[in-house]
Amino acid sequence: MLIFEQSRTGRRATAQAPKAAPEAADIPAHLRRSERPGLPEVSEMQAVRHFTRLSQKNFSIDTHFYPLGSCTMKYNPRGCNTLAMLPGLLARHPLSPETVGQGFLACMYDLQEILKEVTGMKAVSLSPAAGAQGEFAGVAMIRAYHDARGDSARNEILVPDAAHGTNPATATMCGYKVKEIPTDKNGDVDLAALKQAVGPQTAGLMLTNPSTLGVFERSIEAIAKAVHEAGGLLYYDGANLNAILGKVRPGDMGFDVIHMNLHKTFSTPHGGGGPGAGPVGVSERLRPYLPVPMVGRDGNDYVWLTEKDCPDTMGRLSAFMGNAGVLLRAYIYARMLGREGMQRVAEYATLNANYLMKRLQEKGFDLAFPNRRATHEFIVTLKKQDKTLNASAMDFAKRLLDYGYHAPTTYFPLLVPECLLIEPTETEAKEELDGFVDAMAKILEEATSNVDILKEAPHTLPVRRLDDVRAARELDLAWSGTVS
Amino acid sequence: MSEVPADLKYTKSHEWVRANDDGTVTIGITQHAQDQLGDMVYVEAPEAGRTLDAGEACAVVESVKAASDVYAPIAGEVVEGNEALADAPETVNNDPFGGGWILRLTPADTGALDGLMDAAAYQELLAAEDH
Repeated sequence: MLIFEQSRTGRRATAQAPKAAPEAADIPAHLRRSERPGLPEVSEMQAVRHFTRLSQKNFSIDTHFYPLGSCTMKYNPRGCNTLAMLPGLLARHPLSPETVGQGFLACMYDLQEILKEVTGMKAVSLSPAAGAQGEFAGVAMIRAYHDARGDSARNEILVPDAAHGTNPATATMCGYKVKEIPTDKNGDVDLAALKQAVGPQTAGLMLTNPSTLGVFERSIEAIAKAVHEAGGLLYYDGANLNAILGKVRPGDMGFDVIHMNLHKTFSTPHGGGGPGAGPVGVSERLRPYLPVPMVGRDGNDYVWLTEKDCPDTMGRLSAFMGNAGVLLRAYIYARMLGREGMQRVAEYATLNANYLMKRLQEKGFDLAFPNRRATHEFIVTLKKQDKTLNASAMDFAKRLLDYGYHAPTTYFPLLVPECLLIEPTETEAKEELDGFVDAMAKILEEATSNVDILKEAPHTLPVRRLDDVRAARELDLAWSGTVS
Repeated sequence: MSEVPADLKYTKSHEWVRANDDGTVTIGITQHAQDQLGDMVYVEAPEAGRTLDAGEACAVVESVKAASDVYAPIAGEVVEGNEALADAPETVNNDPFGGGWILRLTPADTGALDGLMDAAAYQELLAAEDH
């Protein structure tokens, strides 16, 4: 039931209401509201129950195993929250002078240094306020680099067909044409096709490594060479950085620019539309174009670096330097892990994925790349089950919910039919992984004996199978009733 | 196995092409393509008058699973896009070779059709993809 439907005229919850009506004298009369807004009128008890019940319906990492491939749904340590919310950090105003914000600036400076070290890049800007903005900044810097050299005729960005959809979208946003590069049957970029595609029109290549197919791109050095020899730059999509954290560095692989999704690798809260953080790291030749502000050092003092210090910067992406609270959480997470801890993240993320992969294979599931070692994630294809048992990837995913597991990513990447992209992350215990394997094996049995159980799943959740086709065709996003 | 009408030409990217008596060609996506994409929720057909190169993205089909480009099998000028699909995208699922057509084209070169696959070749492609 929507809270609006519980509304009764005149019912109030006044405990949190302001003591006096706020002054609005500086707002011109014609811009002031003359009628009350249509808000629900409920008691405090009703509001508490409504939102508590809603929160209990959450299927989240705090309550359930959440192996959503390509999303790195790991545990966000509570300690990061606690420290990021220290009063001095929480109450800091973004316009306060540098002299009273040295603690915060020191944290941000160190975070830049940590991200530089862990990615092998020469400089980092924390400014992009989300992964998408980080991607935009990255490709905008590639454009700025070519323009500065008078090499503006380069109009094409190469993107492997296994890429996240954001890559071609970003290249298009930055005014480039997108050329797709095929993948070979072992999940690597088709090197021959790439060599044929590069040329004087190539501005750069956007690559995710490990790729969305859950395998490490083995020809990365040859790929980097081919793109660089053609005069293009190499963009690293940091979506899957978790698998190689502290082990292999994009800078050492020859990448010129990288964006990092702190909500994945550095354990800041996921999604809901934000606030996010998508820092960018660059090689020496892209350093001048980094977005501002950044944090620098002047003797013992930490200072903002702005357009004055970085005249060739691509500019600002928002009013201030990204989302401070998210960046602080990532900094604290990195400090809690330390150098060795970061390596353990990659080790356990890949160990968990490979363990889960082998065990599912033993239970009769087909792997998309049975001859490859998994990185932090892997792909099961249910093509056979779909054909012989009429049990699709979607049916398995929905039935998993009944067993208390969030579904893995379904039908992505598009290259693999009827696929589940499974990423357990490093924060799951072996018992949890075994429980997931048991559930998958049980569902496979059900698919064989009575597939209708799968077809009608989920059975135990607040809502049954939703009609996603009708929901998309007949969009209904706003409540159309009236407050009584 | 998917339906593959014998009188049509096909592309590797799963478009079909029908040569009409008036010299134009009609283009859509195959039974196999719509089956892979799943239930359509949106189709964007091109506007009349647009000039297309062979292989150029000329329409978008969006299903619950994915949004995909439709590529012009041959070069030419768009005579009309199937506007009915805006309100009834499911026609692409229900009748991919009939009412689910996406655009009509005046070919720049009628000989270009010969470069496309015939039904037998397309059926072989589908069989190969199945493995």
